[in-house]
Parts: sequence; C-alpha cells; structure tokens
Amino acid sequence: MSKGPAIEFRNVFYKVGATEVLSGLNLLVSPGETLVLLGRSGSGKTTTLKLINRLLSPSSGEVRVNGVSNAQADVIQLRRSIGYVIQEVGLFPHFTVGRNIGVVPAISGWPKERIQARVTELLQLVGLAPEMSSRYPHQLSGGQRQRVGVARALAADPQILLMDEPFGALDPLTRDDLQREFLSLQQKLNKTVVFVTHDLREALRLGSRIALMEAGRLITTLRPQEFLKSTDPWPSAYVRAFGGLDSVFSRGNS
Amino acid sequence: MNVFTFIIQNHAQVLELTAEHLWLVGVSTVLAILIGIPLGILIAHRAGLNKPVLAGANIIQTIPSLALFGFLLPVPWLGERADRLAILALTLYALLPIIRNTYTGIRGVDAAVMEAGRGMGLTNSQLLFQIELPLAVSTILSGVRVAVVISVGLATIAAAIGAGGLGEFIFRGLAMVDNSLILAGAIPAALLALSADLVVGWFERRLQPR
Repeated sequence: MSKGPAIEFRNVFYKVGATEVLSGLNLLVSPGETLVLLGRSGSGKTTTLKLINRLLSPSSGEVRVNGVSNAQADVIQLRRSIGYVIQEVGLFPHFTVGRNIGVVPAISGWPKERIQARVTELLQLVGLAPEMSSRYPHQLSGGQRQRVGVARALAADPQILLMDEPFGALDPLTRDDLQREFLSLQQKLNKTVVFVTHDLREALRLGSRIALMEAGRLITTLRPQEFLKSTDPWPSAYVRAFGGLDSVFSRGNS
Repeated sequence: MNVFTFIIQNHAQVLELTAEHLWLVGVSTVLAILIGIPLGILIAHRAGLNKPVLAGANIIQTIPSLALFGFLLPVPWLGERADRLAILALTLYALLPIIRNTYTGIRGVDAAVMEAGRGMGLTNSQLLFQIELPLAVSTILSGVRVAVVISVGLATIAAAIGAGGLGEFIFRGLAMVDNSLILAGAIPAALLALSADLVVGWFERRLQPR
C-alpha cells in the first residue's frame, strides 16, 4: 500500500450553476483515520463525500484516492473499492438481507460460496443473527437496517468507507449502540473513514480528526481534544451551541 | 332469436372472430410493449424528454378511433390490408398507458436506493435490470393491463374498416337492428377483456417483488 494520503483534495471547487457549493477545498485524509466532516446543512459536507466516490465531479481542482486522480480512475472500479453508507440506508427492498450484503461481491463476480461465507461473517461482525440473512429490509428495525447498510458497505473489504450521517435517523439509544459498535469495529478493521455529521457529540466521539465546514469552506481541522479547547470563533460557537460536552468527551476518548 | 342459441348455432364463426380479435389485440399489445417500455425507460432517465413524449402519446389518445382508422387508410403499405391498419391504430392507443406507467414506475424507485446502488458501483444496466425494472414491474404491468382492456374494446371498431374481429357481429347487428347479433359480438368481447385483465393481473402479482 502507498504511504501517502488515502484521500486528497487539491483546491477543489464545486459549482451548481453560479452557486459555489465548495470553494477551494484542500484536505488530506490519512490511511486508517476517521475524519469527521462537521458542519451545518448546506455547508458542503455531503458534496465533499460524493466527490470521493465520484457521484459528483469537481468543477475544478482534483480529488485523489490512493494517489490516483479520480478523473483518471475507472468510476465503477473506484466505487466498488469504496464502502458507502447513507442515512436512508438505501437497502434494495426486493433483495433479502443476505443478497443486499452480497451486492458488491456479486457484481464483482465472486463465486457463490465465497459470497455466502462473507455474508455470514459480516452479519456476525455487525451483531446480527445469521438467520437474518433471509429476511427482507421491511421486516427489520431501523437499527438493524443500518447495521445491514454497514455490512453491505464492508462486503468487498474496501480500504475506504464513506458514511453520510449513517446514524442520524436512529433513536438516541440505538444511535449510542451503533456508535459504540462503530468504534470497536474501527479498532478491529482500521479502515480509512470519512464520516459526515452535524452532531458535535458524534464527531467528538467517533472522529480522530474533525474537519469543520461552513458555507463550502473548510474552516479548520482539529483533533477532538483541540476542538473543545479551541478559542477560534467557529469551533467555540459549535461547542457553545451544544453545551455541556464534558461527559461525552470523557466517554468517547478515554 | 335468443343470443345464446345464436352463439351455439354459429359457434364456428364466433370462435373465428374471437381468434381474429385476439390476434389484433395480441399483436398490437406486444408491439406497444416493445415500443412503450423502452420509451418509458428512456424518458425516465433523460430529463426534458418526458413532457413531449407523454404529450404526444396523449394526443394520439384523443383522436377518435374511427377517425384514426380513416386517416390511416390511404397510407401505402398499411392501407393494403385492414388488419395491418387496425394493428397500427391499436398499438398507438396502447402506447400511452404503457409509456406512462413505465415512466412512473421507474421514477417512483426510492432515490436513496438508487444513490446507494450507484455509490456501490453498479453500472447503469445493473441499476436498470436489478433495481429499477424489478421495483417498477407491477406498475408497468398495470399499465399493460389498462392497455389490453382498452384494446379489446377498441378492436371491435376495427370491423368498420374490414379488419374482422368480434366487431363484425356488432356492426352487422346494428345494421339489421338485431340485438342478439350485437350481443353475440359484445359478450365474447367483454369476456375477452375480463380474462385478459385476470391474466395480466396474475402476472402482476406473481412478479411483484418480495
């Protein structure tokens, strides 16, 4: 594997018509870290994420994944090598859980038995019983669905995982469970994760670094410890808006 | 004469006309499916095409059927044989429900499902055949069902230009002011429409995902 950054944004602009959604984004994501993109709605977090798996292409500038410019990469191969989890999960309603998890291996031409074994392994990894494999998405709870979403993203063992507010639609208790499991999973798997959220608590708990975005610009990139202590106007405004974060901090980063 | 005695006494002719009727409806429906589904898929994916195509199909629908048969009569190859002409007209009428339902069915697939699929690296044809069409199939088939039922009714008018079918009894009955003759055409046509509805409905349920 290359020792360089896993993901690199070089002066990336993204425009829709005359509106600049992203303005001159420069960002490095190191292999194995969890970079949280934090910001309010419309700050450009999701756009940034979609530029990585080329669901969007930059208006100017360059996005590089594992040292290769996205513009030159085969877009289908690129996407299959990157796990993608979204808030709405987007499970295929007409596929069983097992078939949902096995989608990327199946389209990548894995033999049936290998897919089967992988599905069983992943169900266990995300804390679901093996017999869940034959259920359909509509028979699952929200938390179970999101676990399947995570399992599906991990199926082909991608080095990079993109997560767009994956726990945003869950109730607080389920969200807490999944955040905890995410941390232990990440300890085992050591993926490069780019995680979008607007929730500072979640960012502090899950991120090894937090990239704060506002109006299409990257304001600053800080470690969780630094973020809490920062006296810069934007980070401190965020901390103030959330208030009383000491407990979260000690729990997430002890 | 009682309509049922008429049907029994002329069962050979009733069967023949029913077969002709089925042929007109069957061929035109297959053609409409072959044209309408790809067209519906196309307009679901290309923004800007849906309005003109659906408007066009709508306009066809508003042309009175007898007038459409008449308009097509002078067209060279078509005018030679009445059944060709009838099939073309029936195909045109069947297009709207099929195109519209294909379009609606595909556009109705959850955006998050499509985004997840695309983000995971499914190609456009994998998205179409594994996600969009399976999820849209019952909507598409209910369009086919509407098209078939309309066609069975419209095909009776094809007898006016000599294309055969159960309309022959109806037109003959109208000319002779003979109700049982009219019914000898209308009853089998209604039964045909009902059974076509049941058959496509059965497929619709069978192919429904989940």
